[in-house]
Amino acid sequence: MKVLVPVKRVIDYNVKVRVKADGSGVDLANVKMSMNPFDEIAVEEAIRLKEAGKASDVIVVSIGVKQAQETLRTALAMGADRAILVVAADDVHTDIEPLAVAKILAAIVKEEDPGLVICGKQAIDNDLNATGQMLAALTGFAQATNANTLAVEDGAAVVAREVDGGLQTIKVTLPAIVTTDLRLNEPRYASLPNIMKAKKKPLDEKTAADYGVDVSPRLDIVSTAEPAARTAGIKVESVDELVSKLKDAGVV
Amino acid sequence: MAVLVVAEITDGALSMDATAKAVTAARPLGDVTVLCIGSLARAAAGEAATISGVARVLCAENALYGHRLAEPVAALIVSLAGEYAHIVAPATTDAKNILPRVAALLDVMVLTDVTAVVDADTFVRPVYAGNAMQTVRSKDEKKVITFRTSTFEAAGTGDPVTIDDVAAADAPGLSEWLEDRVAESDRPELTSAKIVVSGGRGVGSEENFAIIEALADKLGAAVGASRAAVDSGFAPNDWQVGQTGKVVAPDLYVACGISGAIQHLAGMKDSKIIVAINKDEEAPIFQVADYGLVADLFQAVPELTEKL
Ligand SMILES: Cc1cc2nc3c(=O)[nH]c(=O)nc-3n(C[C@H](O)[C@H](O)[C@H](O)COP(=O)(O)OP(=O)(O)OC[C@H]3O[C@@H](n4cnc5c(N)ncnc54)[C@H](O)[C@@H]3O)c2cc1C
Repeated sequence: MKVLVPVKRVIDYNVKVRVKADGSGVDLANVKMSMNPFDEIAVEEAIRLKEAGKASDVIVVSIGVKQAQETLRTALAMGADRAILVVAADDVHTDIEPLAVAKILAAIVKEEDPGLVICGKQAIDNDLNATGQMLAALTGFAQATNANTLAVEDGAAVVAREVDGGLQTIKVTLPAIVTTDLRLNEPRYASLPNIMKAKKKPLDEKTAADYGVDVSPRLDIVSTAEPAARTAGIKVESVDELVSKLKDAGVV
Repeated sequence: MAVLVVAEITDGALSMDATAKAVTAARPLGDVTVLCIGSLARAAAGEAATISGVARVLCAENALYGHRLAEPVAALIVSLAGEYAHIVAPATTDAKNILPRVAALLDVMVLTDVTAVVDADTFVRPVYAGNAMQTVRSKDEKKVITFRTSTFEAAGTGDPVTIDDVAAADAPGLSEWLEDRVAESDRPELTSAKIVVSGGRGVGSEENFAIIEALADKLGAAVGASRAAVDSGFAPNDWQVGQTGKVVAPDLYVACGISGAIQHLAGMKDSKIIVAINKDEEAPIFQVADYGLVADLFQAVPELTEKL
């Protein structure tokens, strides 16, 4: 069984985001970019399935700018077998919408015929939380989002999902789409020898047009603004002072 | 134009708060129809029919919709989509699971966690963990939206409107529910509580979380946690507040032993009053706190519980 893992190149989660003064977006020139953390978890899970003998190949895909090649090399260094880069934008500020990404992934699913696709539940840039569900819709596969645990057996996946009330466990028929939550695993770091080896692993380069997908956005970005700022308050010296402040404010 | 609001229903029970907030968000977009889906949905539909501003309620009660698995529920919504320009829901994990699937089946984009409606095509939503607010205009004929509940007031209640039954839609049986692990609690629900008391890595252990819970119970508050506290097993996953957990905006938020990482702030910085208790005076949480107390939480939190 092949496992397909889409990975996205996003601003590193430690970088302080700056909104451009002209309101046209967030400044991404010369900032540290990394693999979306939820996608790292997805890559890790796929590699563990391979190590457990449940998966044959781990194929990673990235859709975006050419620089996403680095993200794919990271995934290959972690242990993925091969990579597909789908160049769909020139400018690092262009975010390909989940619907278009899902259409390209659906075309790749047709070609590769994976038993499982593991996606991150959300990209930490657009925070949309949509690609996995959209891919499930377009392929007609079952979906299990927000995975806390994943077990693959007998043509099915049993997934405990992190939901608002706690955990919901479902069983989905394979092929299926699973999206990762934070507790699924702790991704490994790539070792130096593996980083070297990853340079020789196959990386296919394609374009959105190769899959016949129109990536033009459905959503026009009108403006991007700073959120309302919170002004720092005061330090209180004691619990007594805190209690009296909260009483004055009428919240207790 | 008409708006379809997908009600939040868990095991037959309507989440009045989340649904009534989505109705408030949906009202400016047109006549509101609320859709109640579940293996038990009639009682929920009866309750939804009393939400002010609702024109009509649809009830889809069928065993197929038990546990609201994404495939059958999305298929049902798509079967009803025809007359609606907007299909919306509160941004719960349930709706976030289902609505993107609906959107892709309709070949439209989804807009998640929307915090403001500008006009019928234009919406505001946070991106980059709330570090930027993006205004986007949709070119799609239909809009599929989840609304962030913490930014809308719940609609009130009034005389009930009519309830119509709708038939189940065909759905492939691709998934099966096995089990729910839900902790019963008498505490208010995290996303609708007036007061939230949260603990972070500084709390140190699951046992120590008792002091956070004692303060919460004294205040009639819900309990929250940082990702680090959840990852370390101090607190269950459904307590996580933040960019990738729950978003809350209570009247009072008390953060204990939480450093104030941007991903945590994303989930609570719209709270009316923020209190931070942290032993590190440099902790970033103090930059957003109205009242900061530099102290050891093991001493300060029990003292606070006692003095309130
Ligand atoms: C993709 C991604 C998503 C994330 N999503 C979320 C999210 O939704 N929510 C979230 O919270 N985080 C999230 N995070 C994690 C976030 O970046 C931080 O790591 C996390 O919030 C830190 O939790 P903390 O403040 O409890 O721990 P720490 O940062 O370790 O802080 C602990 C604090 O406790 C204080 N402390 C220790 N002992 C005491 C004591 N005895 N008395 C008083 N104070 C004490 C310390 O001074 C310190 O400030 C996410 C990260 C990533 C990469």
